[in-house]
Amino acid sequence: MKLGHWSLSQPLGNGYGRVAAVKRGRGVILASLITIDDLSNEDILAILDDAELLLPAAKGEVYLPLLQGKLLGNLFFEPSTRTRMSFEAAMKRLGGDVINLGDVSSSSVVKGETLYDTIRMVDGYVDIIAMRHPRQGAAQYASDSAEVPILNGGDGAGHHPTQTLLDLFTIRQAHGTIEGLNVALVGDLRFGRTVHSLSHALVRFGCSLTLISPDSLRMPSEIIDDLQALGATITQSENLKAAVPDADVIYMTRIQKERFPDEDEYQRVAGIFKLSAADLAPSKGGMIVMHPLPRVDEVAPDVDTTVHARYFEQAFNGVVTRMALICRLLGVAVPQNAGTNGGES
Amino acid sequence: MRRVTAINNGTVIDHIPAGCAITVLKMLGVDGGRATPVTLAMNVPSAKMGLKDIVKIEDREVNQSELDKLALVAPEASVAIIRAYSVAEKLQVNLADDVVNVAACTFVNCASHGPREPLPHHLIVHGREPLQLRCHYCGREQDMDSIVENLL
Repeated sequence: MKLGHWSLSQPLGNGYGRVAAVKRGRGVILASLITIDDLSNEDILAILDDAELLLPAAKGEVYLPLLQGKLLGNLFFEPSTRTRMSFEAAMKRLGGDVINLGDVSSSSVVKGETLYDTIRMVDGYVDIIAMRHPRQGAAQYASDSAEVPILNGGDGAGHHPTQTLLDLFTIRQAHGTIEGLNVALVGDLRFGRTVHSLSHALVRFGCSLTLISPDSLRMPSEIIDDLQALGATITQSENLKAAVPDADVIYMTRIQKERFPDEDEYQRVAGIFKLSAADLAPSKGGMIVMHPLPRVDEVAPDVDTTVHARYFEQAFNGVVTRMALICRLLGVAVPQNAGTNGGES
Repeated sequence: MRRVTAINNGTVIDHIPAGCAITVLKMLGVDGGRATPVTLAMNVPSAKMGLKDIVKIEDREVNQSELDKLALVAPEASVAIIRAYSVAEKLQVNLADDVVNVAACTFVNCASHGPREPLPHHLIVHGREPLQLRCHYCGREQDMDSIVENLL
């Protein structure tokens, strides 16, 4: 385990499992999660396994206060429904508690307080911070500022590693594995932090990727370079219908109006990819349709009732995977019989 | 053919990539305001580089901090401190894997640009031939054409 500052140029072991920022918090060595590459493949699988054990607790079927006495700080500088609420649900399902930054307009941020000062202040109140910020790199910046772990809930058009964990969990639930699948990532691949993070993980597990986007919304070149350096099999296309027959997963994303600097540029690509139930006719039987939500019109409501739709399960899986992740980062073991009798071991 | 004469005291920066001498002078804050001579040769033959630039700045000794900046545009440059027409010191431009507080990230939406944010600007060398830098915070590949404007 490396102490000190994280650096891309100094990977540990096989290049994964780097500790993003190892901090001494409350006398315990803790780590942040800034990108999915901060977790090794073994870490990812262990978190998914723990999430499996925590399903009954996530559904409220058993009470499992593994995090009693622990406090999470929810610092959301950007709008969020699922991520913010699922972090809160995850913490509370395990007996912990949450304090929220709340509306940015009612915080000291509007007084001009720096991100550094905000993090240093909250760092003293909580055991772990979940954070979303409009500026790319904010999570790493916060991790370099804080003593407690930072969970990146999305930084600008950067990364969204906790979303990747729930996406992988969803894929594994459907296919029994996350290895060697054919995954189509569709829509806004340029500003879409969910696909930035997910593509890294999928390639590490030997999946092949079909990247389907308008030319102006292609996956950033540095991500393509990273994926190809990992030996990824990548196809880039603008034809969604052609990808349907061979896909094991179709991961749809919203064209994010809020990321476009120019309204005209947004209008040129808005609504360009749409999936309806009829479009899924040539698909494999086990193919699943995923979406990080919120959706606009890219997935039609008639897909919801098909055997392929997984996006609402995806949203729930955000709770259970975040439960597993928070336990891991706070050094709390998930007992093997977590699903029964309150998890007494 | 000797294009550039010897200097009494000052700094000689040799093996600058062809065409980059003006950028090097800009990075060192050398402009028309100086009273002492500055000599510049561009696109001259070089056994090592094919073509190179050379800069001689009289009555000024470049320090290590300034050399760190030069590493971004002239990583192979060799620097000689001249005193009384002799080479008093030879310095090498070394580009470390981490470039801290030399240049700010070129991506405008990077968190490191927040006003009054105190943490250091931090770029990481991702490739050396050609030189590729990424921001430690946002991970974005740096626009090397505009990195000079982002020098601190």
